[in-house]
Amino acid sequence: MWATVVADLFRFVGTWGREIRDSRGRHLVTALPLLYLVAFFLVPFLFVLKISFATSTIGQPPYTPLFAWGEDGALTIRLVFENYRALLGDPLYVGAYLNSLWFATVATVVCLLIGYPIAYGIARARPAVRVVLLVLVILPFWTSSLLRSYALIGILRTNGVLNQLLMGLGIIDQPLEILHTNFAVHIGIVYNYLPFMILPLVATLMRLDFTLLEAAADLGARPASAFLRVTLPLSIPGIVAGSLLVFIPAVGEFVIPDLLGGPDSLTIGRVLWTEFFTNRDWPLAAAVAVAMLALIVIPIMLFEWLNERESRRDEGRASGAP
Amino acid sequence: MNGRRPFVLYTAMAFGYAFLYLPILAVIVYSFNESRMVTVWGGFSTRWYGELLQNRQILDAAQRSLLIATVTASFAVAFGTLAGLALARFGRFRGRGVLGLVTSAPLVMPEVILGLSSLLLFVSLQGLIGWPERRGMTTITIAHITFCICYVTVIVRSRLVQMDQALEEAAMDLGARPWKVFFVITLPLIAPALIAGWLLAFTLSLDDLVVASFTSGPGSSTLPMLIYSKVKLGVTPEINALATIIIVLIATAVTIAGIVMHRSAARANR
Repeated sequence: MWATVVADLFRFVGTWGREIRDSRGRHLVTALPLLYLVAFFLVPFLFVLKISFATSTIGQPPYTPLFAWGEDGALTIRLVFENYRALLGDPLYVGAYLNSLWFATVATVVCLLIGYPIAYGIARARPAVRVVLLVLVILPFWTSSLLRSYALIGILRTNGVLNQLLMGLGIIDQPLEILHTNFAVHIGIVYNYLPFMILPLVATLMRLDFTLLEAAADLGARPASAFLRVTLPLSIPGIVAGSLLVFIPAVGEFVIPDLLGGPDSLTIGRVLWTEFFTNRDWPLAAAVAVAMLALIVIPIMLFEWLNERESRRDEGRASGAP
Repeated sequence: MNGRRPFVLYTAMAFGYAFLYLPILAVIVYSFNESRMVTVWGGFSTRWYGELLQNRQILDAAQRSLLIATVTASFAVAFGTLAGLALARFGRFRGRGVLGLVTSAPLVMPEVILGLSSLLLFVSLQGLIGWPERRGMTTITIAHITFCICYVTVIVRSRLVQMDQALEEAAMDLGARPWKVFFVITLPLIAPALIAGWLLAFTLSLDDLVVASFTSGPGSSTLPMLIYSKVKLGVTPEINALATIIIVLIATAVTIAGIVMHRSAARANR
């Protein structure tokens, strides 16, 4: 009886060892990027959360410790909710939140309205033309939002290109005050995030079976109704993906409202930046970050779920599974 | 298709592309303006490019940014390839959900959050274990690698998914060890994706203002940080010239990467 137990034990250890040997490489492949990203992307959020409960002081680092060991060796934990109370109570911060949501919502809708026809045109173009059109959409995405916002300043300034053009054409006789207004921020965000909307839309529309439209036309559907009842419903995954890619980063945008907006174009991103760099109130900046995360955590989860579903489907298709 | 819709479509597309390109074009044109007044055209000149080359501060920052971007891109490609390989080829494994999340969430995460959280990590670590001693190029690079990994992962993963697995399986059947299959079969096949991923990571790091501002220390201003502080003071011909150089550099790199990817895709389809 003992003999079988020992034999089983050895067999168990044996298979275990083999499994380790075979999967060691795989574990290493997975572990390296996983550990790096957990350490430098996920773990930092714990510190943000922790410091959001501290108080700002003068010193290095400029916040009070959360945990303290007393004389008698007792651990005291001091959680300060003051930062969150300030965020919820001060109309300045509440206004910044609403502003950010408004900017992001308008940007998403306008990007969709401008981006859809462009994506449609790209998806239906001949392959050679499509490559060129796609590269032209991707190129601006590679230049920073800093440089593109700077380029817009040159266009929108009181004596900038746009005003000179409009006055030269005699359309207006007074220069338009666009720069340093909320309108300029809207233009800037749409300008910067348009490629993020177009790319997922092109991917979805290229997969769309255009013979469906011919079938709809053969059955007597007018182009408009064929679009509304066939193309649009089938492109919803692209619309959702593009909207999330525009909406989520736009909520936290800093550079564009800072450079193009006026003093009243206050957004969460700007509040965080000012609290951190100008007021040196790190705990309050951390609380702002936590609140911003709360605002976008659901869209992020949705984005991750869509992403995962999309890649699973592609993988299924690649390996020939249904 | 009737005749009216393409016209509407083409107009919409022309408007969209003009919107994307006119502001950048204006910067490039005005960088060759002789006049210091940025609104008046004073004739063609390259004097602002000459003055850039004399500016020690800008050259130092540019050197720093290029070094950070090179190191960042190289590490991001290494880690991102591993992550892409795991997600595309390993099926279900423990930690897949977490790996999927941490390689996609930074793509949409607002930069101010990425920057602040990295900084608070570095500051807390300094208090706990004494590392990093001070903030500078190392901390900027670590933070840049974090979000660049995700872009490389997306590119490598989609390339692997599109790729025919039969070659890898054949090599495996012939007795090749997994690591040998990877280096002899997989790696050469995904090389264009690695080049594209490297270039994307390089430009993202080179362009970044927000994360670098949070994680930098005294005396380690990067090029975008310098540009930002100058832009706050207004539009100048020097920045026009600097922006033009960066834009042309990046456009060239992207075009080369595009051609490489396109050629290899055409070869694979033949």
